[in-house]
Amino acid sequence: MANLFSADSLWAPLQDPSANAGYPDGHPPRVGFFTDTSVCIGCKACEVACKEWNALPADGAHHDEPDLLDLTGMSYDNTGALGASTYRHVAFIEQTVPARRSATVDLGMPAPALPGTGSDGDATEVRWLMASDVCKHCTHAACLDVCPTGALIRTEHGTVLVQDDVCNGCGYCIPACPYGVIDQRKGDGGAFKCTMCQDRLGAGLMPACATACPTESIQFGPLDELRERAAARVEELHGRGVPEARLYGHDPDDGVGGDGAFFLLLDEPEVYGLPPDPVVTTRDLPSMWRHAAAAALTVAATVAAAFLGGKR
Amino acid sequence: MVPEAEFTSYYGRPILKSPTWKVPDVPAYLYLGGVAGVSASIAALSDATGRPALRRIGRFAALGGAGLSVVALIHDLGRPTRFLNMLRVLKPTSPLSVGSWILAPFGTLAGAAAASELTGIAPALGSVAGAGAGVLGPALTTYTAVLLADTAVPGWHEAYRELPFVFAGSAMASGGGLGLLAGRDAGPARRVAVAGVALELGALAVLERRVGFAASAYTSGRAGSVLKAARAATLAGAASAVAGGRVRGRGGRVLSVVAGLLLNAAAAATRYGVFEAGMVTARDPAYTVVPQRERLEQRRQGTQPSLRTNGDSSSR
Repeated sequence: MANLFSADSLWAPLQDPSANAGYPDGHPPRVGFFTDTSVCIGCKACEVACKEWNALPADGAHHDEPDLLDLTGMSYDNTGALGASTYRHVAFIEQTVPARRSATVDLGMPAPALPGTGSDGDATEVRWLMASDVCKHCTHAACLDVCPTGALIRTEHGTVLVQDDVCNGCGYCIPACPYGVIDQRKGDGGAFKCTMCQDRLGAGLMPACATACPTESIQFGPLDELRERAAARVEELHGRGVPEARLYGHDPDDGVGGDGAFFLLLDEPEVYGLPPDPVVTTRDLPSMWRHAAAAALTVAATVAAAFLGGKR
Repeated sequence: MVPEAEFTSYYGRPILKSPTWKVPDVPAYLYLGGVAGVSASIAALSDATGRPALRRIGRFAALGGAGLSVVALIHDLGRPTRFLNMLRVLKPTSPLSVGSWILAPFGTLAGAAAASELTGIAPALGSVAGAGAGVLGPALTTYTAVLLADTAVPGWHEAYRELPFVFAGSAMASGGGLGLLAGRDAGPARRVAVAGVALELGALAVLERRVGFAASAYTSGRAGSVLKAARAATLAGAASAVAGGRVRGRGGRVLSVVAGLLLNAAAAATRYGVFEAGMVTARDPAYTVVPQRERLEQRRQGTQPSLRTNGDSSSR
């Protein structure tokens, strides 16, 4: 119990979550996703491959009626969000930004300019951000910590997995997730999310989404390796005049101990629907229990005093 | 209404998934656990101090509350036939697991005490069982606060210091309120109820002041209205309870019954209000983005220490 409430288990940086969960030495290395959104072309092959491999039911963006495919009006995103039957979700963001000459190739042609616009200073262009979102497989996963049945487990690969045959549909994991990933499947009652294709990992295969991605925007591999690769990629982009490139979820010192699935983004996280500074809720759990215990003792003392103090 | 604030989101979509917990199942679960817990403690001490009427009410309320809250819990499950999986493991990191392990023995002991009360069989064993339930009772009233707070829902998580005291106070108000029906034995229950009202209202006032950006969820909209009405009913109930103790005869009894009804309606409404306030903060991305942005900004300016060295109070 002391170990369960230690900082290592609840929130502090942790090198090997599988070992912390009790896997013996020699377990496979921790694997993850590095999703480099700067090369995502929004083809949604990841969404399709995931649905196919995991045999996931349809769920339109119309959440009350999952069978009804709906148009959201959100650019090319008619998926809407991650959910119980959507383990990969490609976000589309259209932004109007100042025109960037370096982004185009000068062909030496006479440039037609609108009368009165003069210099390039106030010209604009549309920038399209695309990003394939997925379960973060947190180092400190709140969904796993709060699950009362033990249905959610840490796997030997360091990922977070729902054991469907154990889940009783209590739904506690759903509001516990700081990223809004896991959800209850309507008509089934159980909680579902990305498994990182646990069945493929065991057979030495890559997850379906990473296999299908045509641009290597989704990269799969040992997490240590991915972190190095990501750092080099950010460096490269900064050198090429993309100062807005930044990593998200890569830092083992962040509020969830680092994500097993992290991202290279080109704007603030909330633009993509990601929380800017998520903190695992169980970080405060020892303090929560202390406050609850103090309140319970207050009840006990008050009731006892009520019987002592007076005759009526 | 959401406070005015500059923030960005993905087409205004929520960042968090809203809890799938249903109304009235979960608010009822929170309320019933409170009534049952305090009633069991009152019953145990009534037994020890020779107040049979108060003991009787307390034992029946403890069993009724525990039984109905188990029904509410099972009804709320996505897969109700697997409710026994709640006792498959004991996980201190899961408030629902801990709660199930409090509720199961509590319900069993409260059931034994109530059965003995009803049948008159084995009063000594009934006393032992009742004492056990009375010891577990206070824990039953406050673990539900941790259940809500141990989520990413800003309106609940940010209130984790105050919520256990709100729930404890509300539980004493309602459990004590039921005890007012015990006639001449009701003295201790009256004191429990009035003390509970003071604790609940005090803790709620502190909560609204300290919960930060999420405070508006507690003071506006449907949650705000419900909590305001609950507060009025709580105060009226407390006044009625005090008056009922001073007026003799039939008038006093009527006042006590009115007080018991008001305090219990208020306690149920308070749980619903807190539940609904959290739901509001889960649905609107502003409640997630704005405080997290502020936190990042403070860390950048160095006015707030880094996450690693920050004990348990980074969140405001």
